[in-house]
Formats: sequence, structure tokens, C-alpha cells
Amino acid sequence: MQESVTIFPFLRLSGLEPLVIRPETNFVNVGERTNVTGSKKFARLIRENKYEEALSVARQQVESGAQVLDVNMDDALLDGMAAMTTFLNLLQSEPDIARIPLMIDSSKFEIIEAGLKCVQGKCIVNSISLKEGEEKFLQQAEICQRFGAAVIVMAFDEKGQADTMQRKVEISERAYTLLTTRLGYDPQDIIFDPNVFAVATGLEEHNNYGVDFIEATRLIKQKMPLTKVSGGVSNLSFSFRGNEPVREAMHAVFLFHAIKAGMDMGIVNAGQLAVYDEIEPELRQLCEDVILNRNNDNNEATEKLIRFAETVKAKDKTEEKNEAWRSTSVEERLKHALINGITEYIDTDTEEARNKYPRPLDVIEGPLMAGMNVVGDLFGAGKMFLPQVVKSARVMKKSVAWLTPFIEEEKKNNPLASQGSAPKVLLATVKGDVHDIGKNIVGVVLGCNGYEIIDMGVMVPTDKILDKAEQEKADIIGLSGLITPSLDEMVHVAHEMKRRGMKQPLLIGGATTSRMHTAVKIAPQYEHGVLHVLDASRSVTVVSSLLNKEQRKELLQQTQTEYEGLQQQFLNKGKKNLIPYAEAVVTKEYFDWKNYRPVTPSFTGTRVLKNIDLATLARYIDWGPFFIAWEMPGRYPAVLSDPIFGQEATRLFNDANTLIKKIIAEHWFQADGVIGFWPATSNNADTITLQTEQGEVKIESLRQQLKKAIGQPNFSLADFICPAELGTDYMGSFAVTIHGAKKYIDRFAAEQDEYNKILVQLLADRFVEAFAEYLHEQVRKEYWGYAQQESLSNEELITEKYQGIRPAPGYPACPDHTEKLKLFSLLQATETIGITLTESLAMNPPASVCGWYFSHPDSHYFGLGKIDRDQLKDYAKRKGMSLEEADKWLRPVLE
Amino acid sequence: MKRIEESLQQRILVIDGAMGTMIQRHKLSEADYRGERFKDWHCDVKGNNDLLNITQPEIIIGIHQQYLDAGADIIETNTFSSTTIAMADYEMQSLAKELNVAAARCAREAIARSGKTAWVAGAFGPLNKTLSLSPDVNNPGFRAVTFDEVVAAYYEQVVGLVEGGVDILLIETIFDTLNAKAAIYAIKKYFHEQQREPLPIMISGTITDASGRTLSGQTLEAFYTSVMHARPLCIGLNCALGAKEMRPYIEELSQLASCYVSAYPNAGLPNAMGEYDERPEDTGHYLEEWAREKFVNIVGGCCGTTPDHIRHIAEHVKGLTPRPLPHVEKTIPVTA
Repeated sequence: MQESVTIFPFLRLSGLEPLVIRPETNFVNVGERTNVTGSKKFARLIRENKYEEALSVARQQVESGAQVLDVNMDDALLDGMAAMTTFLNLLQSEPDIARIPLMIDSSKFEIIEAGLKCVQGKCIVNSISLKEGEEKFLQQAEICQRFGAAVIVMAFDEKGQADTMQRKVEISERAYTLLTTRLGYDPQDIIFDPNVFAVATGLEEHNNYGVDFIEATRLIKQKMPLTKVSGGVSNLSFSFRGNEPVREAMHAVFLFHAIKAGMDMGIVNAGQLAVYDEIEPELRQLCEDVILNRNNDNNEATEKLIRFAETVKAKDKTEEKNEAWRSTSVEERLKHALINGITEYIDTDTEEARNKYPRPLDVIEGPLMAGMNVVGDLFGAGKMFLPQVVKSARVMKKSVAWLTPFIEEEKKNNPLASQGSAPKVLLATVKGDVHDIGKNIVGVVLGCNGYEIIDMGVMVPTDKILDKAEQEKADIIGLSGLITPSLDEMVHVAHEMKRRGMKQPLLIGGATTSRMHTAVKIAPQYEHGVLHVLDASRSVTVVSSLLNKEQRKELLQQTQTEYEGLQQQFLNKGKKNLIPYAEAVVTKEYFDWKNYRPVTPSFTGTRVLKNIDLATLARYIDWGPFFIAWEMPGRYPAVLSDPIFGQEATRLFNDANTLIKKIIAEHWFQADGVIGFWPATSNNADTITLQTEQGEVKIESLRQQLKKAIGQPNFSLADFICPAELGTDYMGSFAVTIHGAKKYIDRFAAEQDEYNKILVQLLADRFVEAFAEYLHEQVRKEYWGYAQQESLSNEELITEKYQGIRPAPGYPACPDHTEKLKLFSLLQATETIGITLTESLAMNPPASVCGWYFSHPDSHYFGLGKIDRDQLKDYAKRKGMSLEEADKWLRPVLE
Repeated sequence: MKRIEESLQQRILVIDGAMGTMIQRHKLSEADYRGERFKDWHCDVKGNNDLLNITQPEIIIGIHQQYLDAGADIIETNTFSSTTIAMADYEMQSLAKELNVAAARCAREAIARSGKTAWVAGAFGPLNKTLSLSPDVNNPGFRAVTFDEVVAAYYEQVVGLVEGGVDILLIETIFDTLNAKAAIYAIKKYFHEQQREPLPIMISGTITDASGRTLSGQTLEAFYTSVMHARPLCIGLNCALGAKEMRPYIEELSQLASCYVSAYPNAGLPNAMGEYDERPEDTGHYLEEWAREKFVNIVGGCCGTTPDHIRHIAEHVKGLTPRPLPHVEKTIPVTA
């Protein structure tokens, strides 16, 4: 049952899809090129009735990231109403454009009305004002309300356009009061445009216009916090017409400050927004002075900017045409290809560069590294997203691959020439663990930032890692792991580093690792720095700090202080929250077994299911974890329309789907599984006994020991099986795997194609999880058949709406990996479907899943939490294990 | 009479089922449709169900009564096509307003005869011409009708329904949001011009296929965003899908909507013969589950549902707590 919902007064707009402007939306780009007053090209196309081409202008704006599209047909030579109607009607049949909301822009209200009559989504009207008095203003506002449009109110009244901060705010407040009290407008549907005017015109009275806008924005947002502030940014730089580099710089600087003051949206050329940080520092400084009206007595700042503008005028950008970059210098072309992930010309460009530079290595250290540094910076600043970075890496690798034979050749002639100077980072997944997607991503990202990566792959024993690190003189060692036993292996690596007297810092990452574990267990083993790195994007800053003497000292000190705090916190937590194991058994969960008739499975023993149809499995894919692996926050499918990540997420999603089609058509994968069911009873404590043809098998489970509120049971999986004295129940298990991925992973790796390599790995994981989901459904409906009537959508399956559960050994409800040995022997999983277990009990192929089946309608997933040593003792005894061994396997859950 | 808002706070209300399905049971002839008044009409009128409001009012009142007996709290006027635009099929444009008045009176009469407390919802259908889509694939910019024409058609319908005495205005089976926006425009215009207290508005869209979008291509949330300026009493979905297929969208809507939520699905999906064969108890069962999940405030049926379906629905949701209205914040959260 759902809780009552909370709804926030956000500005909500829509095209075919919604656009909700939340505080974290930051800034909404309104595409300005579909404006006949601002774009000569668009005006010409409309005048010549070339609407198809005019649509492509709109499409280009959307593709460049416009979140709202401004459409303006105010041209003396046009029938504005007809042009607006025709264009918008055509636009409605282009879903890739009509996806985003429209801003209907005109100084003639009848053109605005004509536009509103064509659009089903919630638009923004740009604009209405008090120019002709209150009556007219209210009349127009009421019509906008009938169409359900948000309105931009220009700071314009009977006296004229507001130019000072005070007037801008006064008029806005007056309009606000009229709209909210007279017409009942929702404040969030009101957007103020406090007028962006041209600065640096040479007239001193214009010099403060930038400041007036910015400060008016700040006050408006303070006084009327639900409203929004917008502006037509290009007016600002009107006096620099024809000088795009200066105009773009001015816009970027202006936006930087206006957004900080609260500006929510702006009409901009979505494809041509300069990045504040990338503006040439001198130009940026001059722009700041002009816009913020600093050092500007007697137009001093203005004069300086004008003088500077003369110098850049000459090298005006000509990137209008898509292929224009092909005519730039080879360095520029390489950089462009890297940033945009274009492999098409990389071989020819690399060859040209190789002939230009004295040594092939110079190409890597020069233009290629320069390009990758830009990529790294953009990524670090959140201006590029992971999939783009991986594509950049693909370009880089191709280029390096072209150069490698030449470098080898040179090396033969002159052994000294090969000595590169890039810092080396050694990465490995520790012994017993086969998971390496996260590690590969870290490798790519660091590689992009100019580090030399020595990737030792998976299942690497400590000695090999450390030998290699010494031999290669690695500057940093990074360890990864996904399963809990890997944690101990990492402790071991740290311990060995100390014993060997090594000095380089150790980075810890991977899904199972945590800051707490690193602080408490690993860091105390090694004094030269152990750092937990949460994700790939953070690895860059950590590594770069570690390689800088000053920063390294500071970072290590800081980390040590933080970790000591965590260690203290860990010790203080103590045991007071746990109850004795014996007590926990008494507070077990009781089901009404007397009135329960277990459903008998259609067979007992095991059954092997080979070569399951991949197309069927594809329908069961849960895409959530796929995007999480790419570090894209947000739920699927929402992530596809995320204002920041949406475009890349969609591209990624399309690439994945294309690959899936190929995987299915060409049978890249083979999906094999095995299931089994057995009569089962519990002992009212934590042991489940299965009756198999080979005799009894005892499954041992662990019980929560956390002190809970009165009446709240302490869960154990054994509670979900009927106690022996009350009848006989059933329990099942399964193992599924995807064979065949390795061949393609290796192939892409050999082709230097990290992007597709990671895609295949992720998809193998998605397929095996989908397989587990599919098989569980088959079990519920047929093989066990306890829920034959079930009919659930994929979303419902993902959110576990089904009856019964399938917990996996090693996961929260049953964290002990060694029970996997029993599961494997019950199912003969190695013999029947070829999954092997490593010494840490990870499964190989890595895309494998196994687990238990419980069918009782009240059975549920839970997390074990921490357990105490009294349970550990009992458990070790039940399992016939030494206390040390039990301790080793259960360490992550021990208090 | 009690205001509907009060009842909505207390319980889940039931809206009636299909009108067309029930009219079919009477197996009416061309002559039945014409009645005395239109016996010499120059074209065929059989199938013009809305005409029966004038020519066979007892049949329409009888159907309304069956639904009221089954437990419906809201009955819809038989006006799905009572606009100048839709009536053009029978060359009866001039009757549009009169049909609406007559339909509203039939519904009022049925309530009076039943002696129950119930509300009349004046129904606005989606029209047979759409504002967002071109009927000509070679000319995507073409429209068979203009916004102003649609507003005029709906405006006349508002006049008739209000005159006939409806309690609520229901814009339903929306597959093109722009048509619905024209209806909202017409309603707002009417009450603005008449300076009358506006009647509550109900809005019900139609998700036409598994893409989860309307026919005109909007996602559910985009649709919701596009019509909320009507400040409706409730928003919901009807038609096209059976309850089973509609569930995820109703759940989504229950999370989005700041007003009440309604749902009146078809009786399942049509079988191979084009008939709806979901049993009344099954429909009742599905809707009960939605009610228990607190997704809904108003439930009922669309195509293929009968008084029997409505009876089961009413019994299944009886006594269940309605979806509480969401808490609407006055401020927006501040992010770090």
C-alpha cells in the first residue's frame, strides 16, 4: 500500500515528454535558432517556404541539447500567424523534436495565440507585459491560462522597458500580484524576463546593465521563490556582432554569474555554448570586468575588451559545417576526434602526425595526450559523460595501435627511446574474484587522463600483483573486487606490501568494498596510504593528488584522520545492539503452518535446461544496473530522458540494443541452467534438511541478531520452511550461466575496443540476471507451479512482486559463500552446465547466478545484518568447520 | 445535494459502464432511431446513439437506472458524439445543443426516479477529427479541423449540458491532448463569459498501446502536465486497455496527480471476435486491488462493461479507503 504522495510546486512543461524544472535542473537551455529575428538562415528558409529544412534547424537545436525550443516568426515580410501555424503543425509530426516543450515567442499576441492552438503540450508564452496597461495584460494572461501555458513576463510597463535593478524588480512584483490575486496563477507558471541589454556599447549609462540584470534576478528569486527567471542572452553582446568568440565568451561569463544569482533558463544557441572554464583567461577577465562593471571608469574595461576583440576577430571560428573540422591542423583534428569519439579518420590523421613529428612517441605525448587531457577535464567537470569518455578511449587506443609498430621499430634501434614518462597505475582484480567491469572502467578513465595502465586482469594472486608492481615500478596499485571474500584478499595484499617494504599507495575499489572496511581492516595493515575510491570518476582526482608530492601528503593525512574517526566509530558501536543467538532463535518468524498446504513441485530431483532462447530472455532484462554500471544515476527508463544524462543514456541504450540483436542473431551466448526441488523440513532453528536420493542434505542458515522492537522477529531463511513436526515442505535451488561471452570480450579487447568489450560484459550480466528472473517465473508457474495464475510485467518482476524468493548464497540474506558448495553438489552445476567455483567461491563464467527457491507466500528478502560470535560458534559446529575457517568466511557480517 | 468533493473524501465513488453495449441489447431498427420526429430525415441515422436522447428517451433513462441500481454514483450523459463536428456524419449538426440538453435531462430523470444520491457527468467525447495529427500521410502539416472549430463545437456542448443540468463536465477518452485542451478552453471560456461558478471538471485520457503513450504521442506524465491547467476534480484513464494492462499507468498517475484519480477500463481486451469477455467478478477483482493499493478515487467501466460489472466493482470497493489527496507543498526543496 502506498504512502500519501507529496507534490512540489515545480514548473512543469511538456512536449511529447515532460520537463520538470527542479532545483537540481540547474539551467534550462532554450534553443534560439528557430527564430526568424535571430537566425538569418532560419528566416530565409521560412521565407522561401522550405519548411522541411527549417525543421532540421529545430532538430539540430534539440540534438545540441536544447531542452525547450523557442519559435519566433516576427518578420515584416512574413504572415506570422500562418508561418507559426504551418511550422508548428509540421513540427508536431516529428517526434524527435516535438519531444521537448515549446516556447512560443512573438511580440504580437495573435501570433502567440496561433501558436498555442497547434501544440498539445504545455508551452511557455514569450512574452506578455504591462506595456499597454493592466487590462490588456490580464486579458492576455487569462487567454494563456486557458491554453495552460506558463508565461514569461517582460519587465516592461506603461513607462517603458525597465533598465535599472529597482524598476525590474518593481514591475515583476506588480505583475506577480496581478497574476496570482486576480487570475489565480500558480507562481511556478510565472517566468520573469528582467531584460538583458547590450553592454559595452560605449555609452556609460549602459555599463551597469549586466549587474542590473543579475542583481534583479537575485532579488526576484528572493521575493518570489517559486517563479523562474529567463533572459535572451545574446542581446548582451550586441555590440560585438560578427565576433563570435567574444560573444560566446561574454555569454558564458554572464550566464555563470546570472545562474548563480538564480537565473533558471535562457534563450541561447544550444549548439554553441562556450564553457566558462575554457575561455581564454585574459578574455574571461575582460568579460568579467565588462559584465560586472568593474574597473570600468571612463569605459576603461569596455575599451580593453574592444581592443582585445580586434585581435580575435581574425581567427573567427567557422565550425558551421559539420565536416569543417577536417580542414584544421592535424593536432586539432586529433583533439576533435578524441573529444567527439570519431574513429573514422583516426588512422590517416595519426599517420599524418607521425610524419610530422620527429618520433612516433611524440604523437602520443603531444597531440594525443593533449586531447585526452581535455577529455579528462571535461569529464571531471561533469561536462562529458562516461560513455563519451569510453568512446574517446577507443579513438585513443586505435591511434596508439597505429603507432605501436613504429615505436617498437624505434625501440629496436634505440632502447632508450622507448622510456615513457607517464606515471604507471597497476590494476588487478584480486585472487578468487572474476569481476572486472568496474576495474576496466577505472582503467579507461585513468588511461584517458594520461596514466599508463598496467591491467593484470582478474584472479591475480597477491605475489603476482606485487612482483609486477616492483618490476614495472608502478606508482600506484589499485585493487578491485565484487564478492565479499575479496575483502580479505585485499587485506592480505596490504599486509604483504608492508612486509616487502613497498612504498606506493594502494587504492581499493569495487562493489563490495566500503570506506568503513578499508578504514578498519585494510588501512591499518600498510602505512604508505590505503584509500577507498568510490567510483571511476573519483579515481582521477585521487590518483593525480597522490602523484603530486604536496597534495599527496595532504591527502594521506586527511584520509588517515578520516579513517581513524571511522575506526573509532566502529569500535564504539560495540555489541549493545545484538541479542544472544539463543534469544534470536526464540524470536524467529512464525508462519501459520497448520493451515498451510505446501504445493508439491512437478518433479523432485534436478532438471537441466540448456540453450534457452536468448530473445525470450532479452524481454526480462532489468536495465537499471546497466546504467548504474556506467555511473548514470536515476532509474530506468527515467534515465533516458534525464536532462543531463538522457542523450548519452539513450545512445548507450541504443548501442546495447543493437548489440543484443547481434548477440541473439549470431548466437554469441549460450544460456544454460539447472534447477532442483526436494522435500524439506526445518528444525525450528536454523537448519533445513533436504531429502535427496543420495540421502539427507543439511542447509545451514544464519539468523539476524539485531535487537529489534518488541514483536519484530529475527529473520532466518529456515523460518520459511515448515518445521518437521508440522509437516513436509519443499525447497528448490537453481544455477544459471551465460557461456560464450569471453570469446567476444577477448576479441574486442584485442581490437582495442574497450567500449564494446564493456558492453558485452555488462550484457552477459544482464542476460544471466534476466535468465534467473525468467526461470524463477517458469518455476512459479510450471516446474513448481505454486503460482500458476501469475501474470506480472517486467517492472513488477524487477520490483519482486512475485510470490516466494530466490536468495543467493553470498548475498544479504545468506552471506556465507560456502553454502554454494552444497548448492553446486545438489545440482551438479559444474558437471551439467559447466559453472566452476574459484577458491574464493566466485562462479566462472562470471555471468552466472545461483540461489535457493522458497515458495511460501510470506517468505521475503531480508538482510542478515551483523551477527555475534555465539552464533558463529554454533554455525561452525553445525557446518563441521573450524572456528577460524567460519570466522574467515563470515568476517564481513561479524560484529 | 451533497457536494461530490465531500463524498470523494470519504469513499471510492463508482462511475457507470458502457452505454453503447447496453443500447446494442435493444437491437433497435432504423425506424426506432428515427422515432416520430425524424421519420423523414434525408439520410440514415441508425447507429447515431446520441439521437436516442431525443427519440427514445425511455431506453436511455432505463439504462441509466440499471447502472444506478448496480451502484453507480456518477452516470455519464449519452453525449459521446453530441458535437457539431461528430454529428456531421448524420448531417445533424444543428441538433448538437438540443441533444446535450436532452441527454442531461434523461440522466437527471433517471436519478430522480431512482431516489438515490448520484451525480450527472456531462460527457465530452474525443471527436472523430484530431488537432495534432494529419489524416494525410503525404502532408503532415495538414489538419482536418482547426482549434477554433473544435472550441466552437465543444462550447456548444458546454452550453447544452449546463442547460440540461449536469453536475460535472467530463472530458473523456482523450487520445489527442490538443482536442482535450480545446474542450478545456471552451469550458473556461464559457464560465468566464457567463460569470458563473465553474462546474467541476473530470479528465480521462486513453493510453492506446503498450508504448504507454497517447495516440498523439505523449507520455502519461506529459499528458498530465498538459491538461492540469483545467484544475480538474480528478484525472484518470479509460478505454483502450483492460484493467490488467491499465494498472501500471494508473499506478503512475496515482503518484503524479495532485487531484483525485479515476479509472474506468474496458472489460479486458477484445477477443478474436471483437467481443469483450472479461467476467464482471474479474473486473471487480482487479479494481479492488487498485483500491487497496490506494491508487484510485473513482472506478467504473468503459467498453464492454455492463450493470453486472458495475455491481461487482461497487461491491468490491465498498468500504475501502480512497486514495488520499497528495500533500501539495508550497515551497520547493533546496538542494545542497
